[in-house]
Amino acid sequence: MITYFKEIFNGLYTLFVGMKITFVHLFRPNVTVHYPRQTLKMTPRYRGHIDLTRDEATGKPKCVVCMACQRACPSGCIKLDGAKAEGAPRKSLTSYTLDFTTCSLCGLCVESCSFDALKFSKAYNLASMKKDDFKMDLLKRVLEKK
Amino acid sequence: MSIEAQSVLNETFVLNLGPQHPATHGVLRIKLTMDGEYIMDADPVIGYGHRMHEKMGENRSYAKFLPNTGRMDYVAALFNGHGYVGAVERLAGITVPERAEYIRVITSELNRVSSHLLWLGAFLVDLGGFTPLLYCFDDREQILDLLESVTGSRLTFCYYRFGGVSNDIDEDFVAGTRKFITRLRSRMPMYDAFVTKNIIFRKRVEGIGHISAETCRKYGATGPVIRGSGVAYDVRKVEPYSVYSKFNFDVPVFHECDCMARYKVRVEEMIQSMRIIEQALDSLPTGPVMAEKVPRTLKPAKGDCYYNVESARGSFGVRVVSDGSENAYRLKLRSPCFSNMSLFRECSEGMLLPDALALLGSLDLVIPDIDR
Amino acid sequence: MECLRLVLYVAGLLAFATFNAAYLSLLERKFPSWLQLRPGPIEVGPWGLLQPVADGLKLLSKQILTPQGADLLLFKLAPVMVVVPGILCLVTIPFSETLVARNFNLGLLMIFSFGAFGVFAVLLGGWASNNKYSSIAAARVVAQNIAYEIPMLLVVISVVFVTRTFNLHSIVEQQTGGFWHWNVLNLKASLMMPIAFLIYFICMLAETNRAPFDMVEAESELVAGAFTEYSGMGFGLFFIAEYVNIIVGCSIGTILFLGGWDCPFGLLPGVHWFLIKMYALCVAVIWVRWSFPRTQFYGLLNLSWKILIPFALVNLVLTAFMLKLFR
Repeated sequence: MITYFKEIFNGLYTLFVGMKITFVHLFRPNVTVHYPRQTLKMTPRYRGHIDLTRDEATGKPKCVVCMACQRACPSGCIKLDGAKAEGAPRKSLTSYTLDFTTCSLCGLCVESCSFDALKFSKAYNLASMKKDDFKMDLLKRVLEKK
Repeated sequence: MSIEAQSVLNETFVLNLGPQHPATHGVLRIKLTMDGEYIMDADPVIGYGHRMHEKMGENRSYAKFLPNTGRMDYVAALFNGHGYVGAVERLAGITVPERAEYIRVITSELNRVSSHLLWLGAFLVDLGGFTPLLYCFDDREQILDLLESVTGSRLTFCYYRFGGVSNDIDEDFVAGTRKFITRLRSRMPMYDAFVTKNIIFRKRVEGIGHISAETCRKYGATGPVIRGSGVAYDVRKVEPYSVYSKFNFDVPVFHECDCMARYKVRVEEMIQSMRIIEQALDSLPTGPVMAEKVPRTLKPAKGDCYYNVESARGSFGVRVVSDGSENAYRLKLRSPCFSNMSLFRECSEGMLLPDALALLGSLDLVIPDIDR
Repeated sequence: MECLRLVLYVAGLLAFATFNAAYLSLLERKFPSWLQLRPGPIEVGPWGLLQPVADGLKLLSKQILTPQGADLLLFKLAPVMVVVPGILCLVTIPFSETLVARNFNLGLLMIFSFGAFGVFAVLLGGWASNNKYSSIAAARVVAQNIAYEIPMLLVVISVVFVTRTFNLHSIVEQQTGGFWHWNVLNLKASLMMPIAFLIYFICMLAETNRAPFDMVEAESELVAGAFTEYSGMGFGLFFIAEYVNIIVGCSIGTILFLGGWDCPFGLLPGVHWFLIKMYALCVAVIWVRWSFPRTQFYGLLNLSWKILIPFALVNLVLTAFMLKLFR
């Protein structure tokens, strides 16, 4: 008999405790960010799609067309090509395309590059209606960047 | 009574808990033969998410398989990565520097906490209480921010490499992790009062979903499922790997075998994980995070290696068979959720539907891990 | 003249009911979001105030599908049948001393008889959908509502012992003059009056199928329960009916226990106090929904038969006993 009442009383007490906990949360500030009106700054190591890095001295990408990134990619999304210009010591890039629709952001390409020519961009705001927007021409991107 | 009359009395119907269902945590289909509200038979149908990861292991080189490890059990992705790189390192005889081992332990245990927080929220949503989900996700966001600052990803990590980890951690990460541990420790009493002691929650999970230790052994269920049934089997203690033998932590075991026991195991595991992380941060050695002289294209010697990891869901195992070439000959992934789910058929007989769903929730299944 | 007055009242009540259903649904989304540290709907209109308009337009624009093999007449009749009793109950509720559409002498009895009608409509809707999920949910609704009618009626009868009338207007008039006159604190009539109020509140949650007793909808188990097959405005009508039932339940709660339109300190009684108390109870209903998980079905029945009915019976006997002693 006593246990019956004790159980009811204890049970009811836990319910009131639960309501008090939610009540306390009424007065705490929001923890959400009202995207797209507010945005967050990405951390330095955030993995957006890859971008070519530029040699500040010459203004050209650092890539020497060793094809290590193309070989390292598990999904086959990198296609690059280069040619040796007249009198130049090394090959230089003529085209570099990334098929972002199959990229898994594993980072093996960035790590395989021993010339520091690839880096992750911070672009997360990628939405489009056309698949072709994600077949990115990275050479064009790096040459056009200010 | 005539046979016709008997069959009319025993009328059962088949209810399809289809691949699209709020409670099955992924694309699991269960064909329930029901007698009124009671389940006579539960026939799970899997394979809706089969992506042939094991075959992909045979088709590509060892390094190229690394992103796949994060896509199987994506909630606790670092454990899968650890299993795979551990197996290949064992096969190829690569030793991992100590700092890298410590970093692996710290990030894995953070991932365990985030996986359990997600499970807690989802389990309560299955039972009908929507608010704890958001409180859990509030905590989980901090973990994901920490892991993002180190690895660059939030969910499907591709962080471990053969011979170590790809990036080193910095002072901000250490400070942030310590702050997070203090914060989560101060919030555990709130979860205790709000969820664990709540009479409605207790009535929903206490005494529900009895899974005996014998049933666990029969089906090979591991992880919190078997620890909630009284067997103290934790791969970190039974076959210590990495640097777990250097840390002081307990393995929570409860003997009631019901959903409440499995819930308490996971909450306790979160607390123990925080202990491990603290000890690891306190004794973090300096040094390189990557072994030297790891070849670009790994061609391990012929052999057969198995590496077992205590994932958030159970014992995750990777078996690599190499024939000396660039690609593995066979890659077998032992998924904990597959074994955990296989006992659902036997254990749900005679249960009411909501109770069976509580049992399914307490098994903590991630269907892509079952389907691979 | 009387006819015109009634027509205006009914139009006003319809407007009140739909306005409440719309904005209570917004409160239902904003309040839990404050509890969960997020803003809730903010895009449509300032502070999301036009969200119900958007929801209503969305529901109106959907195609009304009837499932194959459904009983067409019952399928289409059920949503209508579930809204009408709720609005009819509003006719007899006194919002203030002068604001009442039709003050029956048996007002309380009428409200409870119409309340049962809504259950019948949900059962019809669930059965007529030709869907296993809906049939299971409909069966659950009937069992749940029957189990909770009993303690609710027992508690209400004990209040009627005190007030000696079914007329809602007179019930409130006996409680005017400050909160110490309210029935919830009327310990001279029965020592268990606050407990009786709690029992009434729990029964109201179960009667209106609100969490933690919302097995009917049970989103994570049976998708949408009895309403799975309804789309567009059919679903909208069930939705409106749920909120109208909550309004009616909370209004009866304020009238029977909290003094209706009376001010807590007896100063300026009026319709504003009635609305404040009614909305406070509605907020409590929403608050309870978002704080707890759902009970198990047999837990719900256990609660009713093993806990609420004994307490309500004891309250009834105690009230009768004390009335005999102190009158």
